[in-house]
Amino acid sequence: MEFFSALISQSFLQNALLAGLLASVGCGIMGTYVVVKRINFLAGGIAHSVLGGMGIAYFFGKSPIIGAIVAAVIAALIIGWVNLKWRENEDTIISAIWSVGMAIGIIFIAKTPGYSVDLMSYLFGNILMVPDSGLSLMLLLDVFLVAIVMLFYKQLLAVCFDEEFARLRGINVEFFYLLLLCMVALTVVLLIQVVGLILVIALLTLPAAIASQYQGSLLRIMLTAVVLGAVFTSGGLALSYAPDLPAGATIILIAGSVYLISTVARGLIKSKAKVNDI
Amino acid sequence: MKNDVIIALDKVSFSYNGADALENVSLSIRKGEFLGVVGPNGGGKSTLLKIILGLLTPAKGQISVLGKSPHKGRAAIGYVPQYAAFERNFPITVEETVLLGRLGKTRMLWRYSASDHHAVDVALRECEIDGLKHRRLNTLSGGQFQRVLIARGLVSEPEILILDEPTANIDMRVEEDIFDLLKKLNARSTIIVVSHDIGFISEYVTRVACLNRTLVCHETEAVSGKTIEELYGSSVHMIQHAH
Repeated sequence: MEFFSALISQSFLQNALLAGLLASVGCGIMGTYVVVKRINFLAGGIAHSVLGGMGIAYFFGKSPIIGAIVAAVIAALIIGWVNLKWRENEDTIISAIWSVGMAIGIIFIAKTPGYSVDLMSYLFGNILMVPDSGLSLMLLLDVFLVAIVMLFYKQLLAVCFDEEFARLRGINVEFFYLLLLCMVALTVVLLIQVVGLILVIALLTLPAAIASQYQGSLLRIMLTAVVLGAVFTSGGLALSYAPDLPAGATIILIAGSVYLISTVARGLIKSKAKVNDI
Repeated sequence: MKNDVIIALDKVSFSYNGADALENVSLSIRKGEFLGVVGPNGGGKSTLLKIILGLLTPAKGQISVLGKSPHKGRAAIGYVPQYAAFERNFPITVEETVLLGRLGKTRMLWRYSASDHHAVDVALRECEIDGLKHRRLNTLSGGQFQRVLIARGLVSEPEILILDEPTANIDMRVEEDIFDLLKKLNARSTIIVVSHDIGFISEYVTRVACLNRTLVCHETEAVSGKTIEELYGSSVHMIQHAH
């Protein structure tokens, strides 16, 4: 109740709620691709290497979010290229990009002159501090992601489902795979503002993973995941407000709990159905 | 007769990391043929298909598909891969799967057109699975799944249909239904089918290509126990199928 009365009067809470809703669109759509294509580890590598770009941008007095976008896209292209050309060493190379990106970020942030930046806000996000310019950027990224998915839905589905067949039908599989990873990278930047880069992979994948347990087509999973993402971010924000808990971590705990309950419940229903069949 | 040749391989060789998969293979496939490709595991059957489809480039030799390079000619090929290799739990319906076969024919941006949906309905009817249109792939039986993949190969109205072991892991009655369907489709398309079951396919195909790194082609009536023994390199038992 305290949250709702504060929501009406406090603009920072309104911004936070809006940031959560905007993040839900990206996480629902791109999280679905990450889950069905099983590229969670790749997405994790992209997410964590983003700190390198943020640190460098901060060191040179530029916007950390712009640094994050550049670093995320570069990491996506390198990881994608490794996946396409050098698959046998993929795990090692992703791990290297993952940790080297973070190490670069930590060094640049530590060496930034002037007051010390709050590293925790990059690592764990701060939805209550999203400025108006951050919201505009999130809206822009959402519009871009939705437009690309609507225009190339057929090709992206083909590349996720059956790469070989897509290639035979004249689809440039390498291009669409790299495009997909770049879109995942942009989504990571969207979500970092809400939950930070440590927890971003959970918000990216959990809504879609829950939705995929109930829906039978990619489009339905996307729509359900967007709704679930909105419920988790808004619910996490509301629940964390009164006891003054970190909002990002509360959002992830809600999403994780729902995923766990859903998975266990489905397992029980399936085993009950098997018993009935016998 | 020469003008009827739609796929021509001339002294094609291919190796994986130095291990020969195909050696000096020459093969001409004529329009309207129903060619069965048989041979032991590792004999190069799938490699041959992938070379025809332009997915692999031969180390030596020439290949043309409809007078063009395989890369350009494959737009006119409908391909049906081995169904066992699929991720069965992928969230996709029968209709969405078959629509993928329209890629390359449909518009690049935005959704599929009404004519794409019409072509899907025709292909589903032809494969006798129109009732499964809205079902998820993971709810289908092996035979139904295979028909979906055939419908996906057909929906682009190809001149050539290539199938890789379409009846592997499928029971014998369904196998017969699938080959009856292929026989029907052969009236308008050239068909190349890889199979492990030489005895069974010889009832349907017009020619058999026996492949064990090198290639020997036979009209179906010439396939004997001796041919099969030479192909597999050891004595084999011929079993009379009761279909």
